[in-house]
Amino acid sequence: MNDSRIRGAEIVIKSLVAENARYIFGYPGGAIMPVYDALYDYMDHIQHILTRHEQGAIHAAQGYARVSGQVGVCMATSGPGATNLITGIADALIDSTPLVCITGQVASHLLGTDAFQETDVVGISMPGTKWNIQVRKVEDIAPAIAKGFHIARSGRPGPVLIDITKDAQTALGEFNYVPCLNIRSYRPYPKLEDSIIVQAANLINQAKKPYVLFGQGVILGKAEKALQEFLDKSGIPAACTLLGTGALSEDHPNYVGKLGMHGNYGPNILTNQCDVLIAVGMRFDDRVTGDVKRYAKQAKVIHLELDPAEINKNVKCEVAVLGDCRISLEKLTEKVEKRSHPEWIKAFRELEAEEKRVVVGNDLSPTKVGLTMGEVIRHINEFKSDDAILVTDVGQHQMVAWRYFEYKTTRTQVTSGGLGTMGFALPAALGAQLHDFNRQVICVVGDGGIQMTIQELGTIMQTQAPVKVVLLNNNFLGMVRQWQQLFFDKRYSFTELDNPDFIKIAEAYNFKVQKVDIRGDLRQAVAEMFVHEGPYFLEVVVEKEDNVFPMIASGSSVEEVRLS
Amino acid sequence: MNKRYTISVFTENFIGILSRITLIFTRRGINIDGFTASESREEGIYRITIVVHTTEEQIIQLSKQIEKIIDVIKAFYYLDDEMVFQEIALYKIPIDNIDSGLEKVIRQHNARIISAEKDFVVIEMTGHKEETQELLEVLKDFNVLEFVRSGRVAVAKPMETIDKYL
Repeated sequence: MNDSRIRGAEIVIKSLVAENARYIFGYPGGAIMPVYDALYDYMDHIQHILTRHEQGAIHAAQGYARVSGQVGVCMATSGPGATNLITGIADALIDSTPLVCITGQVASHLLGTDAFQETDVVGISMPGTKWNIQVRKVEDIAPAIAKGFHIARSGRPGPVLIDITKDAQTALGEFNYVPCLNIRSYRPYPKLEDSIIVQAANLINQAKKPYVLFGQGVILGKAEKALQEFLDKSGIPAACTLLGTGALSEDHPNYVGKLGMHGNYGPNILTNQCDVLIAVGMRFDDRVTGDVKRYAKQAKVIHLELDPAEINKNVKCEVAVLGDCRISLEKLTEKVEKRSHPEWIKAFRELEAEEKRVVVGNDLSPTKVGLTMGEVIRHINEFKSDDAILVTDVGQHQMVAWRYFEYKTTRTQVTSGGLGTMGFALPAALGAQLHDFNRQVICVVGDGGIQMTIQELGTIMQTQAPVKVVLLNNNFLGMVRQWQQLFFDKRYSFTELDNPDFIKIAEAYNFKVQKVDIRGDLRQAVAEMFVHEGPYFLEVVVEKEDNVFPMIASGSSVEEVRLS
Repeated sequence: MNKRYTISVFTENFIGILSRITLIFTRRGINIDGFTASESREEGIYRITIVVHTTEEQIIQLSKQIEKIIDVIKAFYYLDDEMVFQEIALYKIPIDNIDSGLEKVIRQHNARIISAEKDFVVIEMTGHKEETQELLEVLKDFNVLEFVRSGRVAVAKPMETIDKYL
């Protein structure tokens, strides 16, 4: 009789295939080698992307997950391989990105003996994961992966880590994959109460100056259409958070701009003038609220949120609409009156005009000699398609690109929001591009951040993912320098960089390259970048000491947003 | 205003659950005054009782964060008057110090001697912290060699049971 049992390592791969995982972003090593050996026979079923560092692997998985809406999968060996995933895990938790991370672990008889490349990755990753587990028996592998996928993608998504000992990978077991659909201690979707919808609708219908703030929850809950229909009927102006950007087209008549420290002037100021604040799938991050003691105190807050722990965490609400925001918005749309708020929206437009006059004009069409980050984005807008994806790193370029990139559709914004992880952009752009080679993926990155994961140029080279890398080089850690200028008396402590020749580096990785340092060459260079079919590296040397405005200084109120 | 709260957590028996729960307190710099874990009435479901001093606002957030842990079924929080609770304390006294005064103290405090060895006796008392603490103060005259107090065990006064959350 034939033995139908297979090795645990093969069960890992077959389980991933059963979950329809398209890519594994990973890096091999001792304790995960049996899985890599099994993978050798499954290359037709699942693609493995060999990054150049495990941090690159997990950020690529994040980029893929954010654009595709699917669970990103990454894999690493024990010890340093596993610890290199931690930054990405923390990033995915705070930005609610669904990930399944699989790590190899030393054989179970060696656990706790300080064996070669042993680290307590379950312990280390505990505060960063939505759930994690160590698997020491072959029969537990498939159930753990099934549970992991269910937890990662359901409710408020997040990262999951599954640590598998080497002996479990090599032992023989039956493969019988049963998807996990229910865990009795886990309620990912709280039940929406109709009476709450009535309360919320009554507040909205009585409001004179209602105001919608939307976040990534709209995207994660696939509630983009529901949001648009709610706004169409209610006539309420709406502003987005960093991660909510793109959930509503910026062409929508009710769209008034962006929130937060470097968001738009009107949306910040008028937060403290609205009478009913409707927060949809957002968590009142401190970068959005500024000084929370002086945030929207005059307003009654309605919070549409899936995660009960977010209710009243930062901002107290009058009505908590717990549940999937797509359903909540649809039900609210039925109950709200058809209205328009022309005077109230005009207040936003007036402040927008003020911001344009003082800030935007100089950013996008500067008259000074040095190039601005804003004008680079202006030219990108000129040539990009409506569904182009913008991936950014962290810092000044991130805020400028976010402010000026024209977002038309959902899932076009990929950035490290909550954690602010420098080095995120390059690998995340690769992951985003792998979702669809036919979409434009533009990776806007600074000279500081790119050097944190610059090795992933190699992965882009190997996959030939046609990522357009736009390096905005000011030879400074610009955002820190800006703070040093404004709040630390221009004491530029360790923020100026002696940089390598980035063009030579990119050329070494076989990128088509171009460097621009005068305005006259910029438009043509951007145009050429978009025409090129493969990976492209455009370096733009920008003004060394430009600042990003508007700005809400740390500890200030939203109404104290500065234009200069 | 800080008050004494008791959190009752019902969990699956999952490795690491205690760490996950205590991390929630560690991250916020909240000291845990008492911690006990045991199986509950339902087979396979564990009950963890945690005592903390904190504000009502904070205890609500803590409970929600605990409930967010995948393997936690439910977390309830109570003030002292919403629970019936008990702690146990053990006192080790050298045998040479025993006289008729000790017998009186034991009687007055409803304590008892649970073990008498060649060199020492062990006194046990159950009660609220204030009561076991009071006995400790009195016994200091007899030279307490060792003292230990358990975390709180508590049942809630509200007639809600965990069944409805399963």
